[in-house]
Amino acid sequence: MTPNIIEQYTKDHEWVKIENGDTAVVGITEYAQHALGDLVYVELPKLGAQYKKGAYFAVVESVKTAAEVYTPVSGEVVAVNDALAQDAELLKDTANGWIVKIKITDQAELDGLMDKAQYDEFVKTLG
Amino acid sequence: MRYLPLTKNNRAEMLKVIGVSNVDELFKDVPAQAMRKELADLPPFKSELDVERSMQAYASKNRAAGAGPFFLGAGIYNHHIPASVDYIIQRSEFLTAYTPYQPEIAQGTLQVIFEFQSMIAQLTGQDIANASMYDGATSTAEAALMAMRLTGRKKIVLGTALNPQYRDVLKSYLWNFDDAELAEGMPDDQTACVIVQSPDFFGTPHSYADFKAQCDAVGAKLVVVITEIVSLGMLPPPAEADIVCGEAQSIGLPMSFGGPHLGFFACKEEYLRQMPGRLCGQTNDVDAKPGFVLTLSTREQHIRREKATSNICTNQGLCALAFTVHMALLGESGFKNLAQLNHERACALADALEAAGFEIENKNFFNEFVVNLKIPAADAIKKMTQKNIIGGYALDGNRLLLCATEMTKDEDIASLVEVLS
Repeated sequence: MTPNIIEQYTKDHEWVKIENGDTAVVGITEYAQHALGDLVYVELPKLGAQYKKGAYFAVVESVKTAAEVYTPVSGEVVAVNDALAQDAELLKDTANGWIVKIKITDQAELDGLMDKAQYDEFVKTLG
Repeated sequence: MRYLPLTKNNRAEMLKVIGVSNVDELFKDVPAQAMRKELADLPPFKSELDVERSMQAYASKNRAAGAGPFFLGAGIYNHHIPASVDYIIQRSEFLTAYTPYQPEIAQGTLQVIFEFQSMIAQLTGQDIANASMYDGATSTAEAALMAMRLTGRKKIVLGTALNPQYRDVLKSYLWNFDDAELAEGMPDDQTACVIVQSPDFFGTPHSYADFKAQCDAVGAKLVVVITEIVSLGMLPPPAEADIVCGEAQSIGLPMSFGGPHLGFFACKEEYLRQMPGRLCGQTNDVDAKPGFVLTLSTREQHIRREKATSNICTNQGLCALAFTVHMALLGESGFKNLAQLNHERACALADALEAAGFEIENKNFFNEFVVNLKIPAADAIKKMTQKNIIGGYALDGNRLLLCATEMTKDEDIASLVEVLS
């Protein structure tokens, strides 16, 4: 049996969960949250916006910097976590800290992503 | 730091090290046609006294605004600056204060910025204002870029009565933005914003409240430009606009030769994070005492690099201070009186011209309007200059743009009408 939720990671420190086989749920990893510090604002994309893999779709702003969040897959934004607009710190909530859901147009784009063990190894190399 | 000039020996030693025989060789990469020939004729040195005399001779070729009747406006305005303004801004705490990144030592500067922002927001009927921009034209260009960011569109529609210099600066700012387009006419679903002016370049005030609905219908932002900020002492604030920007030189700043002046920028709160420039906010310190800090800096270039909202990393600190000091000295009633006085002087000028048989184009105006002459306006200006009158701004054909302010005396008006008649 294939589980319907698989968690994968990018080198830009986004996590990706696949829902129903065709929708990517995207958030930022603990490593990214820690590097940014106290979060103050998330600039969210519009529902229905189209993005190509690697484009930035959101900006996470902390007290010391602002960082872009890049989409790991191409597709259309089918859900936006509007609660983040009121409370940026919600990003740190594992269950509710997702930013967007993107309808995947090309499943092959998922191939380059890392699994949990690979990502943990990758983070270790960053020192 | 002491200034220690180089000796001939110092110079020879340095040239030897880098392997050139004289200073001119350092410029050999500059194409010959780009080198100004007359530079070679400059004397190698002159005494301080000689330099002062030469500079004085150049300065006296200029006809200073205060040395006779003056009717030129067209974006920069001749207003009185009380001596108290210059006295206060020359206090060393203000005059020499650098960028107030350290709130613990810059409360005075920060408070002035905060008050400047509050004044601009109140005058323009907008929610928020930034700490100022270079000048009205660059502020308007920033408004266009902000509207492009907000809408994801590239077309900027310009009102026909926008100051032509602002139009030129917009062209300069946008020429290397991929497919950014300057257009005229009505906004459509490709339009990022419409930029209109009030009072417009020809002096006519407008309400854009009805026009706002047309912009909203196609999702275009409405940008209202104001080049004569004194007009807001009489006219209702353009609260309908998404962005209000322009020039605030009229309050506290001399015309100089076109700068330094004072751009202002105000908008609706929902656009806060796309707003260019520096912002000062009020907060409480650890002891719960109110204080001021620069805020939302993550939009700015020193943090967001190429993704910043703007390449503006500073503000016109001293000019904004002069504005704030003058405005505080005027107070609300003083500012309204100043606006009233400007309008009255312009009415006196228009009445005198009409009595002499000239036609005024504007149905409404604040302190500036267009008069139709019987000869080309450019010729009239030359004729007036010979009589020591700075006679306005020549438009096409016989149309002359004239401005009157609180500086305009009855005898100035009489001499203008006499020369024109």
